Amino acid sequence: MTDIDEQATTAPPEAEARGAGEIRGFAERLLSGSGPLLGLIVLCTVLAVMAPNFLTVGNLFNVFQQITVLAVLALGGTAVIITKGIDLSVGSVLGLGGAVAGWTFAAAGLPMAVAIVAGISVGALAGLINGLLITYGRLPPFVATLAMLSVARGLALVITGGQPITGYPDWFRWVATFRLFGVIPVSVLFVAALFVLGSMYLRYRPTGRALYAIGGNEEVARLSGINVRRAKLKVYTAAGALAALGGLFLTARLNSAQPTAGTTLELDVIAAVVIGGASLNGGSGRVSGTLVGALIIGVIRNGLNLLGVSSFWQQIVIGAVIAVAVMTDTLRKPAEG
Amino acid sequence: MSEQPLFTARGLRKAFPGVVALDGVDLEVYAGRVVALLGENGAGKSTLVKILSGVHQPDEGSMAFQGAPYAPRSAAVALDAGIGMVHQETNLLPGLSVMENIAIGRLPLNRGLIDYDALRAHARTHLERVGLADVDPATPVARLSVGARQKVEIAKALALEARLLVLDEPTAALSREDAQILFELIDDLRSQGVGFIYISHRLYEIPRVADAVVVLRDGARVAGWSRGDVATEDIIQAMVGREVDEQFPDPPDTVGEELLRAEGLTRHGAFTDVDLTVRRGEILGIAGLVGAGRTELARALTGADLLDAGQVYLEGEAVRVRTPEEAAQAGIAMVPEDRKEHGLALDQLVRDNATYPMLERAVEGGLVRPSTLNRLTEQLAERVDLRGSPHQTAATLSGGNQQKVVIAKWLPREPDVVIFDEPTRGVDVGAKQAIYRIIRELVTQGKGVIVISSELPEVLGLAHRVAVLSRGRLTGELPRAEATERAVMQLAVKG
Repeated sequence: MTDIDEQATTAPPEAEARGAGEIRGFAERLLSGSGPLLGLIVLCTVLAVMAPNFLTVGNLFNVFQQITVLAVLALGGTAVIITKGIDLSVGSVLGLGGAVAGWTFAAAGLPMAVAIVAGISVGALAGLINGLLITYGRLPPFVATLAMLSVARGLALVITGGQPITGYPDWFRWVATFRLFGVIPVSVLFVAALFVLGSMYLRYRPTGRALYAIGGNEEVARLSGINVRRAKLKVYTAAGALAALGGLFLTARLNSAQPTAGTTLELDVIAAVVIGGASLNGGSGRVSGTLVGALIIGVIRNGLNLLGVSSFWQQIVIGAVIAVAVMTDTLRKPAEG
Repeated sequence: MSEQPLFTARGLRKAFPGVVALDGVDLEVYAGRVVALLGENGAGKSTLVKILSGVHQPDEGSMAFQGAPYAPRSAAVALDAGIGMVHQETNLLPGLSVMENIAIGRLPLNRGLIDYDALRAHARTHLERVGLADVDPATPVARLSVGARQKVEIAKALALEARLLVLDEPTAALSREDAQILFELIDDLRSQGVGFIYISHRLYEIPRVADAVVVLRDGARVAGWSRGDVATEDIIQAMVGREVDEQFPDPPDTVGEELLRAEGLTRHGAFTDVDLTVRRGEILGIAGLVGAGRTELARALTGADLLDAGQVYLEGEAVRVRTPEEAAQAGIAMVPEDRKEHGLALDQLVRDNATYPMLERAVEGGLVRPSTLNRLTEQLAERVDLRGSPHQTAATLSGGNQQKVVIAKWLPREPDVVIFDEPTRGVDVGAKQAIYRIIRELVTQGKGVIVISSELPEVLGLAHRVAVLSRGRLTGELPRAEATERAVMQLAVKG
């Protein structure tokens, strides 16, 4: 039944809606725009006072270097979460990417360049399968990527026989170890470039902007002529490829491909994206916010280390930060009912 | 009649922002009798029912039930008082068993645990009353037919000792046989003293089922009979009884050669074997009652749903419209019925909403610049007379301006055919005129337009030609000169 009263109740008085919208818009700008950045600055200030060796150039680049792997994965995670999806498999795909590259180089004896391509390709393939399961298989992203979490980890263990694969060419390790002018890690520059590209893609490419439409209202996006399936396939494929790339960074830093590398990292990825202001309800999120989110996690870990706080307590602090960050997401939405 | 009515309403009035939904309506229902409550979409039937069931409270007027004043503040109060509602789409929980559905909210307990024996016995008693004695109370509702579900819903109301049952389009989803069985059940309950308010668009059912008829129009009670065998003609006359508003000038004289032709369009369960043509510069109106398949047809024409059979031709060439993307590429666009669910991403900016269909075309030097999108949105805003900023979220626009955004987003793609499904629903008068102006502009530019609307005056006022659907089939086509409300209604209730 569509009767007149339903029409009237769904068209709120303009003035009231506008007033509420302004307040909400302001809150949104405050919390999703500069909110995380503000949090990061406060955090850094507190740590600078409490830990004298926190605010040094060398230590700050340490923080950056410690979060490179997380940041690479969180870049893909941002795109996934903008589409109202979730990718639980990235930690495992990281392990799989590293294992495949390691196996290709060490066991198959192929050049490292080939190994890199193989690792990233396998990651992309895992992501593509996630995408196919979600679009054509109509699995909820949570379930599809939960399945891949298990499969990819298992494959990584099978390929490596459960043992780390060590010993890589110097030029490969250099990516993780070399510091420009003795301070700026090359890996940080690399990740910075990726973030600029990712940010440009989401903001300036039609297919990037379409992701916000999909997350905002998938049916609206579809009816607007956006190819939702293709967009989702791309997003999950990219998330998989980036996860494998993260695996290569980790391999280079440790000079070892660990089959268990990246275990539970997917949760840090989601945390970074969400702390950065993206909503799990889809349709919002920014690469810059995610970078801040990853930095907040990195700074907390680094700072607490400097203060001599145990890693057990670090987990508790990070958990609290996630809860507060997500509350700012849910509390800024009007209550339902 | 000397006996006391079971239910009385006096002078019920209810206004919503911008519209008076009910304007001083009286109604009485006697025990053991069925009152048919009739009216066009938007006449106020739903509002009346919602007041009676406690969802809305009236601004003025009073009600009495079983001799006592009755003013429910919530749906739960209405249920406790003994007024049961059976909706077109049932409110049962499909995953739960029949017995749990019947007793939900008041499951019998034994030392803190659910007493399944008592539950089963309780359900059985009430299932027998509605003729479902052979249904196992433990069956999940999802396994029942639509007709059986409706009976379970009636059983649920009876279990709460309902003395008055409101049936809202109970036969809309039923086969003829199931409808007959439902009528027999109504007869049976009627003899037990249950009163009914019966809402239906199927006027041919009325003589069979009703003891009295009340017709609403524009929120007022315009006719009433204390007998059920009222001629369909008289009911239609009462339902539409108004002149077509003067706000519609004749449509522009722009009709040219054939643009869109659809043959044998079929989507199972929605519409069957529908043929349509739209000419360049023509406005084709599609009329029909709720559930006739109009929206489903529009969705299938634009690839939102898949067709099971049939072919669409544009300028004589067969086109594929299996996805909205393909439809848009072929040149068919739709302004959907439900703008909040299908038209707009409400939390996003007006600018982003207005430019989603054209992101690919807004690329300059490989990039979509926000400044380009801003410029395009401003141009569009001017074309559709949008009152609002590109930088506010779509949720904060008024209904009329939201609708303008949904229309505007297709304009830059210059679609050949634009389908408007309920283009002015929930839209104020000023925005309505702006939307009519855009529709006329489109046909002056040689495009074809299809307008679907439940507001008959709108269809009749805009269209060059009106096609009428009833229960998924095309029951007739009327040129403008012959398309009177009465003629359209007669085709619309055919079936």
